[in-house]
Amino acid sequence: MKNFANLFTALDQTTKTLGKIDALVDYFRQAPDADKLWAMALLSHRRPKRTVNTTLLATWASAQAGLPLWLFEESYHVVGDLAETITLLLPPPRTASDESLTYWINFIRALEPLTIEEKRAQIYDAWSRLDHTERFVFNKLITGGFRMGVSQQLMVKALAKHTGTRETVLAHKLMGNWTPDQNTFTQLLEEEQHDISRPYPFYLAYALEDDVTTLGTPEEWYAEHKWDGIRGQIIVRDRQLFVWSRGEELVTDKYPEYTVMLDLLPDGTVLDGEILPFLDDRPLSFNHLQTRIGRKTLSTKLLREVPVAFVAYDVLEWGGTDLRERPMHDRRAILETICAQSHPVLRLSALVTFATWEVLAAERLRARELVSEGIMLKRKTSSYRTGRRRGDWWKWKIDPLTVDAVMIYAMHGAGRRANLYTDYTFAVWDQGQLVPFTKAYSGLTDDEIRAVDRWIKQNTLERFGPVRSVKPELVFEIAFEGIAKSSRHKSGIALRFPRIRRWRQDKPAAEADTLESLRLLLDER
Amino acid sequence: MPLLEFTDRGIYCPLAGVYLDPWKPVDRALITHGHADHARPGHTHYLCTEAAAPVIRYRLRLENNLQTVKYGEPVVINGVHFTFHPAGHIPGSAQIRVEHQGEVWVFTGDYKLENDGVSEPFELVRCHTFITESTFGLPVYRWKPQQTIMDEINGWWRQNRAEGKVSVIAGYTLGKSQRIIGNVDTSIGNIFLHGSVDNILDIFRAQGMVLPKTQRVTTQHKKQDFEGSLVICPPSAVGSPWIRRFLPYSLGIASGWMSLRGARRRRGADRGFALSDHADWESLNTTVRETGAERVYVTHGYTEIYTQWLREQGLEAHAVKTHYEGELSEMVEGEEKTNPDPVEEQENTTGGTAT
Repeated sequence: MKNFANLFTALDQTTKTLGKIDALVDYFRQAPDADKLWAMALLSHRRPKRTVNTTLLATWASAQAGLPLWLFEESYHVVGDLAETITLLLPPPRTASDESLTYWINFIRALEPLTIEEKRAQIYDAWSRLDHTERFVFNKLITGGFRMGVSQQLMVKALAKHTGTRETVLAHKLMGNWTPDQNTFTQLLEEEQHDISRPYPFYLAYALEDDVTTLGTPEEWYAEHKWDGIRGQIIVRDRQLFVWSRGEELVTDKYPEYTVMLDLLPDGTVLDGEILPFLDDRPLSFNHLQTRIGRKTLSTKLLREVPVAFVAYDVLEWGGTDLRERPMHDRRAILETICAQSHPVLRLSALVTFATWEVLAAERLRARELVSEGIMLKRKTSSYRTGRRRGDWWKWKIDPLTVDAVMIYAMHGAGRRANLYTDYTFAVWDQGQLVPFTKAYSGLTDDEIRAVDRWIKQNTLERFGPVRSVKPELVFEIAFEGIAKSSRHKSGIALRFPRIRRWRQDKPAAEADTLESLRLLLDER
Repeated sequence: MPLLEFTDRGIYCPLAGVYLDPWKPVDRALITHGHADHARPGHTHYLCTEAAAPVIRYRLRLENNLQTVKYGEPVVINGVHFTFHPAGHIPGSAQIRVEHQGEVWVFTGDYKLENDGVSEPFELVRCHTFITESTFGLPVYRWKPQQTIMDEINGWWRQNRAEGKVSVIAGYTLGKSQRIIGNVDTSIGNIFLHGSVDNILDIFRAQGMVLPKTQRVTTQHKKQDFEGSLVICPPSAVGSPWIRRFLPYSLGIASGWMSLRGARRRRGADRGFALSDHADWESLNTTVRETGAERVYVTHGYTEIYTQWLREQGLEAHAVKTHYEGELSEMVEGEEKTNPDPVEEQENTTGGTAT
């Protein structure tokens, strides 16, 4: 654990990418293989299951610290991180330990079948043997949500440097269904693998910020609509179907509609595309798809009301051959033959034909009416790359919808934003009253956040735990991607991707928008 | 009539007709120390310790309306005895003891218990009613010994030096800076100061404070002059053009807030050093207990929370709303406490534009 705690400290003490890579390489050099594998798992969102709930941890930590639970909770509001709060409050350890990361992960996993009293004894034992940083890491492991300021891509970069293997090859090897239990470090990285479910790393586009004409001539580019569903990968191998979401989650069971892929696609096929709700030949908004996400069982009613299709963007494997290095126009030609027969579940993402950028710009303006998020631009000669890259693929999203709203509540953020009021609730006018309709967390500059934070502290009306109600005075322009009816919100509406676009210091609260004006934006579907 | 009462101008002694650290202009003000939220401009008469006077005189541009006393020297106003006692917060800082016919109140201003080597060490004053700050009145705040933090700073400075980087550390000009200069390992390299830090230091040196050699950053300095050195600047200099001359540099921030990871990450500093001039949780509890006070008023900080905690410990405790900010402005606002008075603004500007 010492190695890993040191890695954590090193990562925490640098804000620079290169420094982080060096720290990771150092760690990979020193750590035993089993620990390396766990570190890789943790940094690619493969955490051990939570075996103790957080309420119990909070209770036990306050008992150990000799503090009332309410004071623990107040502390947590300020610190903004449960694992850290516990670490800061516990009395100093009684002994030291030299166990490995793997030992402590197994220790945590072994808690699963124990009774609450047994779990408590184990946790007290662990706390008494770990120093400050080790305790923090241990608490992080047990509470889940382990983030170390290192993206998967950065971890792969460091691993590539350590092993001397190419980054793209490593990224692919680390996709899919491996766990530190079933694989060893050598197996995972060096041997050929036979996991037939293994997906390819997704190629992700950056948003186009420059003028579209800077991309060169239209002939060099394919354009298609950017559909607003969940990016996914369909894999058919050995007469089995696997559906992966971009979050590297295997979601085959969630979309029973896709069983038909086994009839439509031969073995050795991998398609990249969008999981998209589709009804009567028209895509539905993301809001509809959301009703299916997280459901354990899918009712026949839901399947009837929100059926999904797969809109294919690309083909990554065909006849068992990896096509990712081939240029896009080759892959597109193959994709078109695969999707030659139109099918309600497997749909080809249509290309937008455009001779000039003006034509494409006009098509982009139709996006909202087509329920798309804008336009995707892909260079015809581009290979299918790994992760988020610049140059060959761009997303050219439509301008968001906006509304001017009044801040009425504020809550402090977590993590980096703990102890600073950064999470705001906004309201619009309805019959002379301010009705809350959305929260937004991001969009202000650090300077603005500090100014607003200070204003909030001076203009608090009431406090409810971590939340303060404030004078309805500040107006902000809220940008969002979509709006839908919602019975779960008092305002009757729900926004998609709300964020703060700017602080309207020029606008008094009385001139903020009304609920009526928001209702007019509602999609009639 | 209570000996002290809390008004919208500040803490008031009706018997003597004086205010303690008032935030609105009054006739007679007793001042604990020179931080801008305690020593404000606009009062007719000021009274503070000899040790605190030069900084207060400089910051508020006072002429003949500042009177001084020694620590422990009584001032009797209309039968009320006032004495100033070291608060250990910054050089010259005091708690004010107020006594009338055997009844004793103590107002702490800001304080810390650890002897930092530059401030007059905190002196415990027993009392019936204790008015305490609560800047870090939460159990998550537990300071490590100053030497441990200084070791961290020294280690960071050495490493930066080895890597060819300048070490820039941000902390309050008044208090934190002297503390760092007085305790850092000067064998590592040279120490450079931002103008506003240097101005305050000059005053302390003139008062007889002995500190290692430092240099003021000026336009005459070349980039290579700063190589391997430690630069001390106020938090407001972070992110300003002034700081770019030290590139490549590592940025450290010295503040009690740095004990929380979120605050460290938010500040975008390379390193955070949890060095505070305020009492931590344990120190607050120790002090409250040892003063023997039956009644406690809790001012700036985690006021409501700390009050509730004291009540549960069986004390009569009350939360008081004041205009003091403690170390809050240091990190939450990301800049040094600024005084609404234009003179102070001007001073900051001068310090900031020593280019």
